[in-house]
Amino acid sequence: MSDATIDEICLVALAEAFRGDGELLCHPMGPFPVAAGRLARASFEPDLMLTDTIAYAVVGTLPLGTTVGDPSGDEGIVVEGYLPFRTVFDQAWSGHRHVVMGASQIDRHGNQNFAAIGDYRQPKAQLLGLRGAPGNVINHTTSYWIPNQARTFAESVDVVSGPGYDRVAALPEPSGRFHEIRRVVTELAAYDFETPDHTMRLRSVHPGVSVDDVLAATPFELAVPHEVPASRLPTDEELHLIRNVIDPTGIRKHEFRS
Amino acid sequence: MTEDDVVAELSDGMTIGIGGWGSRRKPMSLVRAILRSGLKDLHVVSYGGPDVGLLCAAGRVRRLTYGFVSLDSIPLEPHFRIARQTGSVEAREFDEGAFYLGLLAATHRVPFYPTRAGLGSDMLTYNPDLKTVTSPYDDGTELVAVPAFEIDVSLVHMNRADAAGNGQFLGPDLYFDDLFAMAAKRTFMSCERLVATEDLLREGSVHTLKIPRLHTDGVVEASGGAHFTECLPDYGRDEAFQREYAATARDPEAWARFQADWLDLPSHDEYRARLAGRADGGEAT
Repeated sequence: MSDATIDEICLVALAEAFRGDGELLCHPMGPFPVAAGRLARASFEPDLMLTDTIAYAVVGTLPLGTTVGDPSGDEGIVVEGYLPFRTVFDQAWSGHRHVVMGASQIDRHGNQNFAAIGDYRQPKAQLLGLRGAPGNVINHTTSYWIPNQARTFAESVDVVSGPGYDRVAALPEPSGRFHEIRRVVTELAAYDFETPDHTMRLRSVHPGVSVDDVLAATPFELAVPHEVPASRLPTDEELHLIRNVIDPTGIRKHEFRS
Repeated sequence: MTEDDVVAELSDGMTIGIGGWGSRRKPMSLVRAILRSGLKDLHVVSYGGPDVGLLCAAGRVRRLTYGFVSLDSIPLEPHFRIARQTGSVEAREFDEGAFYLGLLAATHRVPFYPTRAGLGSDMLTYNPDLKTVTSPYDDGTELVAVPAFEIDVSLVHMNRADAAGNGQFLGPDLYFDDLFAMAAKRTFMSCERLVATEDLLREGSVHTLKIPRLHTDGVVEASGGAHFTECLPDYGRDEAFQREYAATARDPEAWARFQADWLDLPSHDEYRARLAGRADGGEAT
């Protein structure tokens, strides 16, 4: 019996979003997605390029929080490339990139909002803003990490930062041809958009979660296959990587406090 | 030049570009000089951090063109949030990458650059003056036409510069400071340390000489000039100070105290002296 905890199961489910990506810039935002990217490269996607979260592409598996030039120590980090912001935009538009972003709201078409709540023109709550979401989502593969599904899944979003499949389908051809929302992973389950109309589909439920639990935390119509597989458990090697190499201090667990 | 000499070149209603990124290598001594001047109704163009927050909190901003506004370690800039939530500034928000193209178009003196960034998102919905273009070639792709950012004066902070206005960055990222300098009609540069031209290559490789004097109109030596934002490798962000700044958004009395303690000072030297005397010690050097 595996002793994997929910954060570790989610981490593996999110790492799975990168399976098959091969040689591209794996660019997750935030500690939990960064850990997932590092796990994917250290286990089944060895050709991914990853950064120290600042401006350097690095080889090897860095623990969370370690950056090149960190006064508290960066010994042994091997740099393989330089990716200042300008290069990152060029890279993004070239398509050789897969990002994982967060969301404050996401709907069944994959429209994502982390910009603001309420009327954009004078919002009730100003959040992160559009940031790089519009450019990322329209140009290359995107996945989302959502640690609080019931609060985030929404019938409709107040502002569209990252456009979903319905918005992109409404664009004249071929403006949307590089759009792909690969995966949404929450604390309950993993989702994709592999349906005829590209609406959200339940892909797997995490061990211990039922389909009813998922539906109770979903305010929109969700595509649910007859047989819903369980999200896979981490391997022993993955557990070792997560616990001893990537995140020995347990930063990943902070995602689950609220 | 001094900070006040630079501000004497500015006037009400101008479009001011501010270099750096979030809470990183911001020309803060110049921003404070604007705050102690009477300048108002500014149009600020920035990858925003506390520069934007401070100018909004002090009521100096009429219009804001931005890629984002964040304090990095504190993701939501609290004074900017208040400005948006009270509707006190006109917001013109761009995707981060599209913002880069607005600077690039101004630099190249073309009216716009096309990009996919923004298509399908609400960037277009809430910027009604933004237009799309259709490729004149066989593909016929519809693209966003990011307009050139017309900037009157840009302000940037470099690690080193010479008196002629050649600017050098030594940290991990130039950000878009060279484009801010080239896009604007005039650019003023502050720097951590003024060095003789012949010493620039002792400080860093030739690849760090990113802003040629062609694009600068004045240099201010301001050691610690980016405080409390980070200015690597000279110093990191003063996180304790930044937390204190951020907390002033929740409490008008704290904001008044912060203004009196840190903004209503006559010069950057006074600011530095007060910082050195702070009980918990300033991190800026």
